[in-house]
Order: sequence, then C-alpha cells, then structure tokens
Amino acid sequence: MTSLAIPSTFDVASLRADFPILGREVNGHPLVYLDSANTSQKPRQVLDVMRAHHERHNGNVSRSVHTLGTEATLAYEGAREKVAAFVNAPDPAEVVFVKNSTEAINLVAYAFSNASVTPGSDPRFRLGPGDEVVISEMEHHSNLVPWQLLCERTGATLRWFPITEAGRLDESGLDTLVNERTKLVSIVHMSNILGTINDPSRIVARAREVGALVLLDCSQSVPHLPVDVRALGVDFIAFTGHKMLGPTGIGVLWGRGELLDAMPPVLGGGSMIETVTMEKSTFAPPPARFEAGTPPIVEAIGLGAAIDYLSEIGMPAVQAHEQEITEYALSALESVPTLRIFGPTVTEGRGGTISFALEGIHPHDVGQVLDDEGVEVRVGHHCARPVCVRYGVPATTRASFYVYTTTEEVDALVRGLERVRKVFG
Amino acid sequence: MQFDQLYQEIILEHYKRPHGRGLREPFGGEAHHVNPTCGDEVTIRVAVAGDKLADVSYEGMGCSISQASASVLHDLLADQPVDEAFKVHDAFVELMQGRGQVEPDEELLGDGVAFSGVARYPARVKCALLPWMAFKDAAVRAGVAVGPEVKA
Repeated sequence: MTSLAIPSTFDVASLRADFPILGREVNGHPLVYLDSANTSQKPRQVLDVMRAHHERHNGNVSRSVHTLGTEATLAYEGAREKVAAFVNAPDPAEVVFVKNSTEAINLVAYAFSNASVTPGSDPRFRLGPGDEVVISEMEHHSNLVPWQLLCERTGATLRWFPITEAGRLDESGLDTLVNERTKLVSIVHMSNILGTINDPSRIVARAREVGALVLLDCSQSVPHLPVDVRALGVDFIAFTGHKMLGPTGIGVLWGRGELLDAMPPVLGGGSMIETVTMEKSTFAPPPARFEAGTPPIVEAIGLGAAIDYLSEIGMPAVQAHEQEITEYALSALESVPTLRIFGPTVTEGRGGTISFALEGIHPHDVGQVLDDEGVEVRVGHHCARPVCVRYGVPATTRASFYVYTTTEEVDALVRGLERVRKVFG
Repeated sequence: MQFDQLYQEIILEHYKRPHGRGLREPFGGEAHHVNPTCGDEVTIRVAVAGDKLADVSYEGMGCSISQASASVLHDLLADQPVDEAFKVHDAFVELMQGRGQVEPDEELLGDGVAFSGVARYPARVKCALLPWMAFKDAAVRAGVAVGPEVKA
C-alpha cells in the first residue's frame, strides 16, 4: 500500500509463534488483536518464567533466611535491576514496584498529600492554597483524577495544557502555565487515545526554571519505544507491566533517588520500616519505604522476563516495526469513507494507537461488528473523557498495535469496517 | 447465529427511524442516565394523567442498542395504564437479566422481544437497560408507584 521507510529487523511471523493466544479463533475467525494499548498479550517466555517460579522457587521476599526465600528475593531484586537498566535509571533502588501506573501516580500524589500535613517535610512536596499543579487535557484519568483529589485536599490549584486540533499538546502558554507557583507538572509521554508522543524537553526546561518537579506518565511509551530517564531529565516516571508483555498486577514508579529519599511513606506496614515501637516507627530507605506488605513477587519476575524479551528484540526495532504498521494503518484507514481520525495523521511524533469515528455509527456498534469478525478493538472514552469532549464525540473506536501486529491484521480491520458500514449504513 | 440475533432487523429499524423521539411538555418527572463506560446517554420524561402514562418522551445519544431500546420503550409504554406499563418494564428487565435463558412474552413485549439476543452479550445488557432504568427514575419523580427494586 505504501512504501515502508524503516525495515523491521525481526521476523514478525516467527515472533507471533511465541504468543499462544494469537493462535486462537474468535467467533470463527482468526484472532486479530488490536487492543494492545489496553493490555498486551504475553509470550510463552514470560508465562514459563512465572510458572517455573511458582513451581520451583516460591517463598516470600526480603525476610526469609531459607533457600526458597533467598531464591525468590534474588529473582525479585533481579527484576528490579532489569527494570532500572531498561529505562537507564542510575540505580535499581530508584525503582519502586507498585500495582500499576495508577498506583504509581497516586503514590506520588499521596506523598505530596502527606508531606503537606507533616511539619518539617521537604518543601518541594508541600502543597497549599496558592500552589499549582499542571497537567494536560490529554491525560488518562489516572493522571488527572489523583491530582484533582490532591488539589481538593490541599487547596492547591489544578491547571492544564490544552490540545491542538491536530492532536498535539498546545505549549503556547507554557511560560504562564508553568510559573513560580507551580510545584509539579505531570503529563503523558504518549497519549493512550490520540497516539501523540509528547516531547517533554521544553516543559522540563521551564519546570527547572521555576523549581517545579516533573512526572511523566510513560504507560504507553515504555512498552513501545526506547525510554531513557536520564535523557528525558524528568523526576518521576510511571508505567505498567501488563502493557509491555508482562502480567497484570505489577507497575513501576521510577523516581530520582534524592527525591524518593525526601518523600514520606504512603502505605504503612511490613517491610517498609526501620524500627518500630508501640509509640512510633522509623522507615526504611527507598524503594522498601514504598513497598509495604508482600509485593506482587511473581508478577515482578514476569515483568523482568518481559523486559528480557523486549530487550532481545531491541526497543529501536520494536518502535520501527510499529512505525511501519502505523504508517500502513493511517493510509489504509484514510481509504474508509466517512472515517475521521482523532490525533496526528502522520507517523512523526505519534505511536501505534489510532482513534477514529465512523460518521453516524456509535463506537459500541463498530466494536461489536468487528468482534464478530474476530477483530478486537477498544471502544469508549478510553479513560480520557476530556479528550472526547475536546473533539465533540462521546466515544471513539481505537485500534492499537504492538510488536506482533501485522499488516494483514490492519487489512482485517479495514474489511471489518466495511461490514460495519453495510450493517449501519 | 448469535450476531444476527443481537442486531435484529427490528432493532436496526428502531435505531435508524426512532419512534416518538424528542422531549415533550408537559411532564411530571424527568431522569437523565449515563453509561459511564461508553458515554451513552438518555433522558426520559414521563407524563401521568390519572392512572395512565399520557406520554413517555425521550432524547439520547449512543449505540444502536440503547437508542433502539428507548424507541421500543416509547412504543410499549406511552398511553398505557400505569400497572400495565410496569408489567412490561419488569418483563423487559427480566428478559435482559436472563442471560438468554428467558423465553420472552411477545404479547407483552412486542418489538421488545427483539432484544432477547442482547441478553447473551453481558457487555451490552446495560445499553439495552439504560432507557428502562431512566424511565423508572422518571416515573418515581412523576409520583408513580413502582414495583420491586431491579438492578442493571
């Protein structure tokens, strides 16, 4: 259909054989899984590691002197080292394991909250009336609602970057939006609904000028492109395992070591303490300070296996493959009459997540007809309702790609959309 | 085939050419319901005259199932005695919650029987029930006594 500018460096067909689920049928058709931005599928290598752990090495971590506990601890901490290397973090102790991106972002929000009511806490985390938190209109609800709640609790003001008609972050008001009152800027790296990839460099530079911290929501970027926390220059990133070939129940908060050190705990309990008396406790250094209770051990190990898998392919190759598929899909979708794409229509500065509408046909109906063809897409507001409001639609249909997506699957989507138009036209 | 049972011609017909659409005056009670997962919306107005529902008017936007369901609701309930209307309401809710195991009463439900296929799609049951839940709230606000609790 179009010339493919960047050649893939791996064979997609043989890679697909690693994913057992891709061999199944849905409603009598081969599965066409185009919902990886929602959750990705898992290769056998990840499933095998998790099964082997439960079958051979299961013990609790960080507290057992026995062999199983030691093996489990080594595997769990080994996963932390893999995560740190994957995002080029200087120190594995900067990697905090959490449940998902939502929990990672809430952890930072509640650290702010707790610092704000604790005398003598680090002033960078103290919020009150007159202070400002800046987000964007492009955020997933998980990077929006926690800050609304934090501002309600502390009396701080929430402000946001708008979105341009073309689906880009509108940074024209940067210097007034991020100002001396700003304590934190929290924005998305890659939009889960528009596919836009934001370059945070100007925002980071401005935040540095005014002394604000920066959190980057990398839920959609870490799985799909090389992410280097040192090159980005941000203070925190959040991402989740299940969108990057790993299991559910495991996510990551990365934070600069010096900042994690300065943050008060959020959840109290076992494993996060230094000493405990009946009157008072002191707390462990990060990351343990933020990992109260038995963590998701096998899930962390599964994430480590997913990182091994992705690293074997190489993130530049993953990104190149998705760019190819995205270019093919953008062009194929443009051939569908009455189809409107929300977000960038060029591959530059966008990833493999494409939201669209068919005029006069509700996304629920689009998704239902596609499902009957075995094509699995997401429909709805994608937990980014303000984006839908921005474009004047109640919901969109979203196709999202990954390392295992083929051009044939995009063709199946386009054929399915033709059937949708026949049923509802 | 399951899929054809979901999108029966009757449903597509009501979706493309809805009956009695539009909010009308006078009315005794109004309710606006939203399906937060997909953004479907419907507003229902109920006008009561004596022991009859003088009118059931509506406006909404959303998928074919939710909007066709509102159209069928209007057909079945407007100008009906209150008692009869709630019999129909309860039968429709029972059908939707029956996971495809409930045999619909065509005499009572009319075009509503076309929704029996929807009951096999748990993700879509809420779409079909949206106007019926809004109707129930609107009827309460219009001062009409209602039957036992139902859950969407």
